[in-house]
Amino acid sequence: MNIVVLLKQTPDTESVIRIAGDGRSIETQDIKWIINPYDEFAVEAALRLKEQHGGTVTIVSWGPQRVVESIRTALAMGADKGMLIDDEALEESDSLGIAKVLAAAVQELNPDIVLCGHRAVDYDHNQRGPMVAELLGWPHLPLAVSLECDGTTVKIERPVEGGKMVVESSLPAVVTMGGSHAVWNPRYASLPGIMKARKKPLDVKKLADLGLNPEECGSGAAKIRLVSLEMPPERKPGRIINGDLDTEGKAKELVRALREEAKVI
Amino acid sequence: MAESVCIVAEYRDGAFRKVSYEIASEGRRIADTLGLKLYGIAIGSGVSDKVQELAKYGVEKVLVADDPAFEHYIAETYVPAVAEMLQQCDPAVVLLPASMNGKDLSARLAARLETGLAQDSTEISVEDGKIKAKRPLFGGKCLGWYEWADDALVMISCRPNVMSMLEPDESKQAEVVKVDVSVPEARSKVVSVDMDTSGKIELTEAEIVVSGGRGMKGPENFAMLEELAGLLGAAVGASRAAVDAGWRPHSDQVGQTGKVVTPNLYIAVGISGAIQHLAGMGSSKYIVAVNKDPDAPIFSKADYGVVEDLFKFIPVFTEEVRKLKSSE
Repeated sequence: MNIVVLLKQTPDTESVIRIAGDGRSIETQDIKWIINPYDEFAVEAALRLKEQHGGTVTIVSWGPQRVVESIRTALAMGADKGMLIDDEALEESDSLGIAKVLAAAVQELNPDIVLCGHRAVDYDHNQRGPMVAELLGWPHLPLAVSLECDGTTVKIERPVEGGKMVVESSLPAVVTMGGSHAVWNPRYASLPGIMKARKKPLDVKKLADLGLNPEECGSGAAKIRLVSLEMPPERKPGRIINGDLDTEGKAKELVRALREEAKVI
Repeated sequence: MAESVCIVAEYRDGAFRKVSYEIASEGRRIADTLGLKLYGIAIGSGVSDKVQELAKYGVEKVLVADDPAFEHYIAETYVPAVAEMLQQCDPAVVLLPASMNGKDLSARLAARLETGLAQDSTEISVEDGKIKAKRPLFGGKCLGWYEWADDALVMISCRPNVMSMLEPDESKQAEVVKVDVSVPEARSKVVSVDMDTSGKIELTEAEIVVSGGRGMKGPENFAMLEELAGLLGAAVGASRAAVDAGWRPHSDQVGQTGKVVTPNLYIAVGISGAIQHLAGMGSSKYIVAVNKDPDAPIFSKADYGVVEDLFKFIPVFTEEVRKLKSSE
C-alpha cells in the first residue's frame, strides 16, 4: 500500500504561550517543537498498515527548516520518505491555501490512503483532513479511534456525542485521527531507527515544484486571517475553604458557597 | 448585496440538537445588526416534522432536505446537499454548530465553497458591517480574533453551550421550502451506530463537570464521582493521567489533547493542575479543586479550594449535596 501522512509541527503542549509584540503571533524563541500529537497517531496507524500490507509510508509536511526535525522523527519511527514544502509564500496562508498545497503533493504521490490528525494542538482549525479530501474529490472518515483496512476498504470507529459510529469507505480515502495517546500508543523511535532515518530521502519543495503559484494559496489568496491575539481573562483570585473546619464543616461551607455565592447548584 | 444570514441546524434522533437553537439565536442577532433575513437549513430523515422549532428562535425561512439517505451524518452526502441549499439562501454569513459532525461538515463545506472558516468560535462581533470571530487557540491558552477578506463568505462554527439562546417565541412560523437535493453516489457509508442509552451527559455540553485525576488512585474510585455527578446532573471527566492509566475512556479526557469544556461549575478531584489540563477547563465559570496537596497548581485557578484527602471529603460533600437536593 502507498500511504501518505500529512504531518504538522506544533509547539509542545507544555509550552507557555506568550503573545509577541505585533499582537497577532506568538513568541517562538523558547518553544520546543514536536509532531502534532494527533499526526503522531497518524504515523503510528500508517506504520501498522505498512506492517500489515507492505508498501511505503511518505510523510508530507510544510513550513520552515525546523520542520525537517519532525519529519526525521517520523522517519525514525519507520516511515520511508519525507517531503517538506518550504515556501515563504505560505507564511500567512489560510487553511484552504495549505490544503491546496497538500492536495497537490498527494496527487503527485498518488497514494491509496491519506492519514492525518483531525486537529492540531496549536491553531486548532480542525480543517486540514476534510479540506484535502474535498479538493481531491475523495471521501473522508473523521475522528478515527480504530482503523481496519483490507487493502480496498477502510473502516473506522469514531465517536459522536452520546455514542459511537462505525463508518467505512472504499479506497482511496482520507482518514483523520481522533482518540488519545492511550488509544494509539505511538511507537518510540529506536536508536537504529534514528540512524537509518538520516539516510532516508527527504525532498524539499517550493510551490512551483508542485505546479502551484502564490496567488492561488499564499497570503493574498487567504479568505480569513488572524488579526489579533489576547490572553484569556484573568480569573478572580479564589479562596481556600477555611482550614480550621473539620471535613463536614468544609463540605457544608462549600455547598453554601456554591449555592449562595456562585449560585451554580 | 447578500440576502441572508443562514444557519445549518443539526438534527439527530428525532430532534434538533440544542446548539441549533443557540446558533439560530446568534444568527438572529447578527441578521438584525446587518439588516438581513435569517434562513435555516435542515437536513436529515424525518426532519420536516420539526422545522417550525427553528422559527421560535427567529428563523424566517427553512430549506429542508428530508431523505432516508440523510439519516446518519456522512460528509460525502451532507456536504453537496448543504452547499446546494446554501446557494438558494444567498448568504453573507453561515453559522454552523461546532459539534463533532458540525465541525467536520463545516470544514469540508468551506473547501467546497472556497472560503474561510472560523472553527469553534466563542464570540462574534459586528463592527461597521464587518464580522469578527473569536476562537480559543493552543487548547484555550490564548484567544484569537479572525476577520474575512471583503468578498469572502463568512463561515463560523459556534461552540455549543456558549451563545445565549433567545426566549422561544411560540407564535412565530417560518416559511418551509422542501428542496429536492440530489443524493450523490457515495463511496463512504455508516455501517453501524451505537448510542449510549444510559442517559450519560455529554462532557462538552454539560453545565456541571466533576473530574478525577491521578489522585483517584484507581478506576473503581470513580464510582464516588459518578454518584456525586448523578446528584448534580453533571458529566464526569478525567485528566490525562487517569486516561493514560486506563481508568477512564479517552472520550472523557479534559485538556489540551482532550476536550475543552466550558461548564458553569468544574469540580477537579485529585487533579494537580498540569498546564495542559488547565487549558482544557480554565474558562469554566466556577472552579472547585479538592486536593490534599496545598501546593497543587490547580489551586491557583480555583475559585474554591479544599485542601483535604479526597477519599474523606468527597463522600461527606456528596452527603451534603444530597441533603440540599432533597430539601428542594
